[in-house]
Amino acid sequence: MLAALARRLAAGLAVVAGVATLTFFLLRLAPGDPVERLLGPAATAEQLAAQRQALGLDQSLPAQYAAWLARMARGEWGRSIASGRPVRAVLAEAWPATAALVGLSLLLSYLLGIAVGAVQAARGGTRLDTALSVSTVTLFALPGYWLGLMLVLLFTYRLRALPSFGAHGYDGDALAGLARLRDLLRHVALPLATLTLVGIGGTARFVRGAMLDARAAPFVTTALAKGLAAPRVWLHHVLRNALVPVVTLLGLSLPALFSGAVFVEAVFAWPGVGRILVEAVQARDYPVVMAATTVSAFLVVVGNLLADLLLAWVDPRIHYRSRET
Amino acid sequence: MKRETGRVTWVLRDHRGRFGTIVLAVAVLCALAAPVISTGDPAAQRDVVATRFLPPLSTDLHGVVHPLGTDRFGRDVWTRLVYGARISLGVGTLAVLVSVAIGVVVGAIAGFSGGLVRPVLLALTDFALALPRVVLLLLLAALWRPSAALVVVVLGLTGWMSIARLVQGEVRSLAARPFVEGAAALGLRRARILARHVLPNALTPVIVAAALGIGNAIMLEAGLSFLGLGVQPPVPSWGNMIASGRDTLLNAPWVATAPGVALVLVVMACTLVGDALQDALQPANRGQTPR
Repeated sequence: MLAALARRLAAGLAVVAGVATLTFFLLRLAPGDPVERLLGPAATAEQLAAQRQALGLDQSLPAQYAAWLARMARGEWGRSIASGRPVRAVLAEAWPATAALVGLSLLLSYLLGIAVGAVQAARGGTRLDTALSVSTVTLFALPGYWLGLMLVLLFTYRLRALPSFGAHGYDGDALAGLARLRDLLRHVALPLATLTLVGIGGTARFVRGAMLDARAAPFVTTALAKGLAAPRVWLHHVLRNALVPVVTLLGLSLPALFSGAVFVEAVFAWPGVGRILVEAVQARDYPVVMAATTVSAFLVVVGNLLADLLLAWVDPRIHYRSRET
Repeated sequence: MKRETGRVTWVLRDHRGRFGTIVLAVAVLCALAAPVISTGDPAAQRDVVATRFLPPLSTDLHGVVHPLGTDRFGRDVWTRLVYGARISLGVGTLAVLVSVAIGVVVGAIAGFSGGLVRPVLLALTDFALALPRVVLLLLLAALWRPSAALVVVVLGLTGWMSIARLVQGEVRSLAARPFVEGAAALGLRRARILARHVLPNALTPVIVAAALGIGNAIMLEAGLSFLGLGVQPPVPSWGNMIASGRDTLLNAPWVATAPGVALVLVVMACTLVGDALQDALQPANRGQTPR
């Protein structure tokens, strides 16, 4: 178990390092100069050169890469070129917002998606199954950013019930205790609903297929033949075995979910890594882009590891296999 | 091959496949016939103040009917929608073709060669699969000048991995079959065996993946254009139409609603056709995909 975990960890770190290196070279190869954007069109050639030297952008690419590696290893992530704030502080504020949004919507969309898929599989071929299939394929086809806008149209503009942007209101800092929590919940409601609804579609479709696969297995026929009650068979034999591919999907769907979060954060101005990334990419803010990509890759890798651990818990056979190796 | 065509007509007998095919056919027809069925110029602005924000089904001062209303520049939403369909469908299809080309080549080589080639290619695929796709898309699309061609390349370069895995698995299992051994015994070159005997038999799951992939690519193209990193206004794309409708959501909700509905219908159609194809081409799994 430990050896297998260590191997996964090493592979994960390789992915993070690879993402960071790829980003570094993509950024430097692309047209567009952060110094020109920083100093504006009125800057003289000398000013540009001086600023470039100050930021270390006048050196050769390999030299810049080596210097960047050394700084990363020391934990120095530099300052944002656009705002001058330390990159660490910018991201330290942002990543919990993204992790909370993605984590909560993952939890909700899996619980609801498994429930919907299970009901469909158990009532396969009925009108209920068809109706739910139509709903899930529609949810699956909804782009998060558009669903988000439609929810804003309904809940913010028509019903005037929920706020449409940010993580807290203008008076958020002045609130305390329950009032503050209520404020936060009201703000998270629409982005969370958007991500969750889109997620339910994909999960339910997959769970339905996985459960029908498990339903066709001989051991289910055996269980029914020896007289076990149908609900018990569905719960303990079918659902339990269908969970194995579902948990595998959980790990694989994390990058997609994070991608969805990037768009949803942009729509709702949710103060997370995705929004920071979009803004920094547009401003050619090299240090922030580097750090935000690295952090997002890291979040995805950690999520994948957690899914692996969950898989070993759901499927005991995986324990034995890794113990033998 | 005849058997395969027979199965494809089976898709049309499946009600999901029929619905999806009809939606896609209508969308393609609208895109092709865009100049005929619309005002003809998606960027036309006549009298901005008098013709902007007209609700759907209204007629403007010049007697022009706007079935889906007008946007903040007085441009006809229906015209922009059908011209936008050209971008969405075109970019989605081309991007998937790029992905399929890369995926088939990488998968075939990985599945058919021994030694170090296979593990290296598989590790590369796994690595690319673990990258957050939208992060890469954002980087690539934002760093170069945004255009439809760039979106095709970027989506193609970030979408080949699952196809490579599928092809690799198929090719690997086919390579162990007796007919491949027979072809080798006849003295055929390995490249020829791969191209003529193995690959044609390995492409079935690729068709399904491509159908699903087009829907996904159309959605991502719209997403990039929504963020301002894809197709640039005034050229209409469903994504940049939603983005422009976002600013006028309160007084002209139809501007953002129309392209969104079109997007959902087309993506849904791709998914349904993919599901129906899956059942038609792989009858062993029939009934497993949601109906």
